[in-house]
Order: sequence, then C-alpha cells, then structure tokens
Amino acid sequence: MKLGIIGAGKLGITLAQLALKAGYEVAVSGSGDTQKIALSVKVLTPGAIAMTTKDVAQWAEVIILAIPLGKFRQLPVESLKGKIVIDATNHWPEVDGPREEIIPETLSSSEAIQQFLPESRVVKAFSHMGYHELRDWARPAGSDERKALALASDSNQATTNVAAIVSDLGFEPVILGSLSHGRILEPGQQGFGLVTSATKLKELGN
Amino acid sequence: MTKQSKKATSDTYLFGLDSFGDLPTKADGTLMSHPEAIRQVVEEAILADKLGINRIGLGEHHRPDYSISSPETVLAGIATRTKNITLSSAVTVLSSDDPVRVFERFATVDALSNGRAQVILGRGSFTESFPLFGYDLRDYNELFEEKVELFSKLLPEEPVTWEGKTRAALKNADVYPKTEKGLGVAIGVGGSPESVIRAARYNFPLILAIIGGAPDRFAPYVELYRQAAEDLGTTAHPVGMHSPGFIAETDEEARKLAWPAFKTSWDRIGKTRGWPPYTREQFLYEIEHGSLYVGSPETVAKKIAKAMKALDARTFDMVYGGGPVSAEARLKMVELYGTKVIPMVKELLSQ
Ligand SMILES: NC(=O)c1ccc[n+]([C@@H]2O[C@H](COP(=O)([O-])OP(=O)(O)OC[C@H]3O[C@@H](n4cnc5c(N)ncnc54)[C@H](OP(=O)(O)O)[C@@H]3O)[C@@H](O)[C@H]2O)c1
Repeated sequence: MKLGIIGAGKLGITLAQLALKAGYEVAVSGSGDTQKIALSVKVLTPGAIAMTTKDVAQWAEVIILAIPLGKFRQLPVESLKGKIVIDATNHWPEVDGPREEIIPETLSSSEAIQQFLPESRVVKAFSHMGYHELRDWARPAGSDERKALALASDSNQATTNVAAIVSDLGFEPVILGSLSHGRILEPGQQGFGLVTSATKLKELGN
Repeated sequence: MTKQSKKATSDTYLFGLDSFGDLPTKADGTLMSHPEAIRQVVEEAILADKLGINRIGLGEHHRPDYSISSPETVLAGIATRTKNITLSSAVTVLSSDDPVRVFERFATVDALSNGRAQVILGRGSFTESFPLFGYDLRDYNELFEEKVELFSKLLPEEPVTWEGKTRAALKNADVYPKTEKGLGVAIGVGGSPESVIRAARYNFPLILAIIGGAPDRFAPYVELYRQAAEDLGTTAHPVGMHSPGFIAETDEEARKLAWPAFKTSWDRIGKTRGWPPYTREQFLYEIEHGSLYVGSPETVAKKIAKAMKALDARTFDMVYGGGPVSAEARLKMVELYGTKVIPMVKELLSQ
C-alpha cells in the first residue's frame, strides 16, 4: 500500500511512523521543497520518502492531510483526483484564525474539504486524538488495550478502505456516518479528544 | 559558545524549576492576588537558590490565571536576592516581542545577577500576546523565523546590520548594555521537527518541552538535533527537558494535592481548545507512563532519572505548582526537590 502524507509536522511524522511500522510504503511532503524536510524524514521516519506535495498526491493511493486546516486551499486538486483523501485536520484558532473565516458555518470542516476536492473521496479520520496519544496507544488488532478511532465519510467504499488502514496503524475503526455528522469530532464537540474504546465511541454514531 | 553549553558539559547534570506564576492559595483557602503570587515566586526562587537548585525559569503569559507576563522583571527582583541560581525565561515569546528589547532587558538582568541571565526562546503554546501587542497570528512563522535570526545576530554584541519584514531595519546598530561573558540562550521546542532543526541551525542548545505522553518518544528528536548540527556544522549542545510535576512527602499526598490543581488548570485551557474534561484516568496514566512527575521524592527521582537516561538529557526543569495549590505546599515541594529529589537523581544517573 502506498500511503502519502501531506504535512511533515507533529501529526504527519507520527502517522508516517505508524504506517512504516505497519509495512506501508510511505511518502511525506511539507509546504516547501523536499530539501526542507529531508533530514526530518531521514531521522524520524527512516524508510519514508520525502517528496513534493504534488508528487505525493500523484504517487500515493491514499493521502492523509496533516496540514493546518486553514491551508487546505493550497492542495493540488488535480493531482488528488480519484484518490482517497484522509482528512486529519482540525480547526485550531491559534493557527487558523476564526473558523468562519475559512469554513462556512453550515459545513463541517471535512465537508468543506470534500467540496474543494470534488473528485476525491474524503474520509475524516485520525483527527480526534493528540499526536502523542496516537503514538502511545497504537496496538495490534486483538489487544485489550486497543483504542478506537472514528471515521466519517460520504463514500462507503472509501470508508471501508480507510477502516483497514486505521486498523493496520493500531486502532479500532468506528464508522460514525456522513462527513456532515463528522462535525461531532471537531474541537469543542463531543467526539474531540476521546481516547476510548470502540463501544464508547459508537455511541456517537447516527 | 553560549553560557548554557559551558555549564552543561557531558558529565554535569543541571536541575531547574519552571513557573508561570500560577496563583497559589493562601492559608484561608482563597487565591492569592497577582502581586502576591509574584512575590511568592520570588520567595520560592530564593529558597531554590539556597538549596543549590541550578535554574529558575519563568514563563511569559498574558492570562488571568498566571501572574507573570514579564519574566525578566521578576528575574531582576530575584537577581539581587540570590547568588548562584541561573535566571531564565521559560519561554520568552519572541514572535510578539522585539529582539533588541529582549536582548537589552536580559543583558540588564545579567548585570544585576553577575552573569546569571538566560533567555529561553520559544514559540509558546498560547497566542494571546499576538492581539495584545498588535501582531497577526497569520504571520506566526515568519515572525518567529525573522526574530530568531535577528536575536542570534545580537548575541556576539557587535554592531548589527539587519533587514526584514517584521521590524524596522538596523544599520550598524549597537545595543547596550554589553554583558561580561555573553548572554545565555537556549530554545524550547514542542514536537515540531522544524523547530528542532532551527535550534541546530542557530547553534542554540535545545530544551524539549514534554508535557504529555511517554518521554522516550522524543529520543528521535534528540537524534535529529545532533544530525542537523552535524550537517550544518554547528555544535550539538547538551539537550535539556522540561515537564510538569509535583512532589510531596508521599505518593498519596502528592496525588491528592496535584489532582485538583492539574484538573483545574487543564480544564481551563481545554475549554479554549475544545478538549473534553481532564480525567482521573489520564492523570494516572501520565504519572505511570507519561510526563507527569507527581509523587514522593523517590518516585519522582526515579522517573526523572529514567527519562533523562532515555533522552540523554543533561538538564531537567520541572514545571512546579501548576494550578491552585497552597503556597505552603509549593514551598515544601521546592524544598523536597532541592534536598531529596536532585541528589537522588544524580545518584541514579551516576550508577
Ligand atoms: N498535533 C496533534 O496532536 C494533532 C492531532 C490531530 C489532528 N491534528 C491536525 O493535524 C494538522 C497538522 O497538525 P500538526 O500539529 O502536525 O502541525 P505542525 O506540526 O505545525 O505541522 C504542519 C505541517 O504542515 C505543513 N504544511 C503547511 N502548509 C502546507 C501545504 N500547503 N502543503 C503541504 N504541507 C503544508 C507544514 O510545513 P511547513 O513547516 O513547511 O509550513 C508542517 O510540516 C492540523 O490540522 C491539526 O489540527 C493535529
């Protein structure tokens, strides 16, 4: 499986580490040229390839967004066509400014990204836990300690594929519903920050 | 070479205390006022100095729950009443400050303290200083990058010529007062790889702010710092770490005192960030496996030694007295840290 990660910060690097451990082929990009992230990728995620964002989008089968939400309009729409895009971003006022300045009030943030990428299939996942929690709590399937990660999407097929990735990376996938329903995973909502079992997380489903 | 690196050679370990000037409670259970809380920190620093603790670091915040917005002013107060302790910010939010002024103020503290001042630069995890001082958060990265660059140019204490977008240009500008041995500087970073590389690029010692999760996850960042320094031809200085904690005579007492205080302070911050309420389960997990150094002197010492070994860290700074704990318990904690924890950690590290 070729997994691309756009964003080489705290979350992107953590997810790259989990994916490498799961045996995936991984490519990572930052906002600039590959030179800028080459050393981080070499030392923190040995085995992953540093690429430009456009190359990551073209090369990978599935792409995780790990950039500040406010930057989503910089994504290469064309190159992401036909791909599954996992949206792990959150609105963070301290980085992105007020929500209403980047996302219409009526939409969940992942819906806004889906609208911007009309020919990609967006699945919201990996967004409701902190990066160190993702690192500390990844467990193989069957472990008693395994925590659950919520998914939301308007595409059933993409959801199934991403559920398998979530499981490979160490978490129990819990499918919550549509991208619109995914709003309950946003900061300040019921699902945000939850590091819990599948049973508990399922209660948030619709 | 910065002062920090002169002191923290590979066979010395240094221990510090960090505070944001949280408001402690008084004997009658009420919260101290901001002025009282600031004077309390001065008393704690004096005690720390007497006990041989190496550093006191004061954070900059602009929020009602913390009394310190101007660390160097408090450090100036501490300077004239202490002898050996390093007087540090933890951190100075350089993005929303003027590097020239920061240099001038810390050089002044350095004079008052006979060369004990140190600036720890950081991006800070709060951003309330931006609107307060008229900066736009959208310029966050550029502000930090440019200002760190200018600040690094001021450190040799020679006339500086500099031009950027975030501040007026300088032409052959000399900045005063000069210091006697150079100003101590380090850079505090969270989990961002880019910040780690930046520290290496500017030849600054690195202090890892580890406020949650297993500390050993930062080991690759230490490696990144070292490799970056090697690639860039700078010095990989001894690495430091900073984490929250609380010490009392017994584990039970420490948890009893720390739990409500940590919960109050996490939930207050969590509210603005959309986190759910802090749970007892999280608290205990952080004590057992994560980054809360809460317990008896023995428990805390073992945990510190283990983390320092895992990261090959040469300095450890404990953020003490977070949330509303009593002033008395805070002083007791400083005492236990200086008289029991530090000697035990040194012992454990020498084994
Ligand atoms: N940190 C967490 O615990 C966590 C957990 C769940 C979700 N999230 C979400 O994940 C996202 C990333 O968070 P983070 O904490 O990892 O932030 P971070 O450490 O600041 O990293 C952000 C990364 O995105 C890159 N980037 C910015 N604009 C880009 C663009 N247009 N194209 C490609 N890369 C770009 C940045 O590169 P440059 O440095 O070159 O700009 C940087 O590598 C955010 O939306 C956040 O809300 C974070």
